[in-house]
Amino acid sequence: MTPDAALIRYVTRLGDNSLILGQRMIELVAASPELEEELANANFALDYIGQARMLYTYAGEREGRGRGEDDFAFLRPEHEYRNLLLVEQPNGHFGDSTVRAVLFESFYVLLLDALTRCGDEGLAGIAARAVKEVRYHLKHSSQWLVRLGDGTEESHARTQQSLNDLWRYTGEMFASDDIDKIMRDEFDGPDLNVVAEQWRKAVAAIVSAATLELPEDGWMASGGKDGRHTEHFGFLLADLQYMQRTYPGATW
Amino acid sequence: MYTQGLDQAGKSDAAGAETKQQLEAFQARIDTEEKIEAKDWMPEAYRRTLIRQISQHAHSEIIGMQPEGNWLTRAPTLKRKAILLAKVQDEAGHGLYLYSAAETLGISRDQMVADLLSGKAKYSSIFNYPTLTWADIGAIGWLVDGAAIMNQIPLCRCSYGPYSRAMIRICKEESFHQRQGYEIMLTLARGTDEQKAMAQDALNRFWWPSLMMFGPSDAASKHSAQSMAWKIKRFSNDELRQKFIDVTVPQAEYLGLTVPDDKLRFNEETGHYEHSDIDWQEFFDVISGNGPCNEQRMAKRRKAQDDGAWVREAAKAYAAKKLAEEAA
Amino acid sequence: MSKHEWPLYEVFIRSKSGLSHRHAGSVHAADDEMALTNARDTYTRRKEGVSIWVVRSDQIVASDPAETSAFFEPAEDKIYRHPTFYEIPDEVENL
Repeated sequence: MTPDAALIRYVTRLGDNSLILGQRMIELVAASPELEEELANANFALDYIGQARMLYTYAGEREGRGRGEDDFAFLRPEHEYRNLLLVEQPNGHFGDSTVRAVLFESFYVLLLDALTRCGDEGLAGIAARAVKEVRYHLKHSSQWLVRLGDGTEESHARTQQSLNDLWRYTGEMFASDDIDKIMRDEFDGPDLNVVAEQWRKAVAAIVSAATLELPEDGWMASGGKDGRHTEHFGFLLADLQYMQRTYPGATW
Repeated sequence: MYTQGLDQAGKSDAAGAETKQQLEAFQARIDTEEKIEAKDWMPEAYRRTLIRQISQHAHSEIIGMQPEGNWLTRAPTLKRKAILLAKVQDEAGHGLYLYSAAETLGISRDQMVADLLSGKAKYSSIFNYPTLTWADIGAIGWLVDGAAIMNQIPLCRCSYGPYSRAMIRICKEESFHQRQGYEIMLTLARGTDEQKAMAQDALNRFWWPSLMMFGPSDAASKHSAQSMAWKIKRFSNDELRQKFIDVTVPQAEYLGLTVPDDKLRFNEETGHYEHSDIDWQEFFDVISGNGPCNEQRMAKRRKAQDDGAWVREAAKAYAAKKLAEEAA
Repeated sequence: MSKHEWPLYEVFIRSKSGLSHRHAGSVHAADDEMALTNARDTYTRRKEGVSIWVVRSDQIVASDPAETSAFFEPAEDKIYRHPTFYEIPDEVENL
């Protein structure tokens, strides 16, 4: 793979993470536990959709074959989406979506922060914008994790279960593949081993503040980065792509 | 409008305790366009009318998130998705501002939500219609927000300060809502035959319910006069409805769409459009719970409230623990 | 206020440096931290601010509208506190 091809795939992958998590958060609209949380959730979903748009547009420009943001978002087959399995997991209850947010965002902040210093100016610029957004999301989600973990007996038990259930999707974040390696070697991209170490410390601190137990590292699911998804993903795509697939080529 | 059931003004138990002098002094303040603030003396009926109107308005914003939210996951482009999400989020925000304004009158948000969920409080009939195609999102922005704006702009001058301030913020934020809706319709009207048909179908389904948003005709709304005297309301239902029709028909013509009313014609003498009678039976059915989506909208709201109970409890328990720790 | 719901906070926003904080509205929140983030997510969606204050509504000490006249009318006749009270000939400048 040429460095350029790897960069395009890397950027697309980042866009996929933002889009798919954004889409999941959109499913939560009008279902939040309190009105103020409704506004927060929509703010974060808007940030993620915005990131996806910037990243896809940039990938399309680098690719130079005339693909725009919507071609990436709506017109690829399932196996070409390369998001982490974690972000496509169903929303579940508020504890599940909070844990998902904490696990992903504490990783994404570190990754984006490293990318602000990468050798590709375009990507570094997008990362610089996105990292500010995600830093705030993480503040919000980790404050909630602490409230839930250290709240009532019920909220503690529920949230511990969420953490145990979603832990298996964290291994994939740090499993470096060819694209990650090219990004690191050719573009001064993030070293995933270093990110993993920082992530572990950060998550351990939040989990401990929440009076929860860090799960044991057991079997880890993987496949998202190669386009092999969980069963939930097809349904998410069916919703996402419905209009573009039903009315091919129309302008909206 | 978003407060269409409201023409039944609040009844007052305490009326006996209010002296003629107090009532006259109050009316004098209103007549000189002075704003009434939360802690000021006010007739009990004024307070109740406002609580009812503002909370109904708030409920409408909150329930109104659902028909549009129905298309969020399926929006056809990322740009449209972001715009629609921002709009639905604004509705949540506007519900919040309005609940806050009502809270200044001494009712809790919890109580208002309980009244909504028990069916005691009403919300606008328009949100009990389904959104079946993407064109409905355009029609809602264009017609429903268009109708809402007609009503809301005069509310910015409402005599009750907190409500008036909330409405000023809301109107400012909503200025893009109607335009994005019309832009969707315009894109469809310029699109494929399928898209044009979709746009016409949306207009067919949303035209009459939009006219009903202004509430019963003046002849049938008994208590408007009191609301007008108190400057809670500035124009009658029929005046606003006529104004809406007059500005909207040419917009439909520009889109090349047909308003579904075969008696619609422009009267050169009056300068207004004439239209067929409104099916008020449908309106009263929907308002009293028998619309296509009433059950569904309420069920979703109740589920969100129930599902969130343990979360709200947890946050309170955590806050109490922290307070106790600080005190210790 | 109902004992079930989160307490109410008043939100004050500084729209830009150099201006004072101004009342924007209110939010419910379980704790101070949440009040601040809720205020941010509710009242600064359109870049309305650079700084936020939140304070619990029940902590605000307010004057009583029934005492408005006793509180504020005594200031009405102190017209000598205003610069227009004083007559200075036009030809005198910089005053």
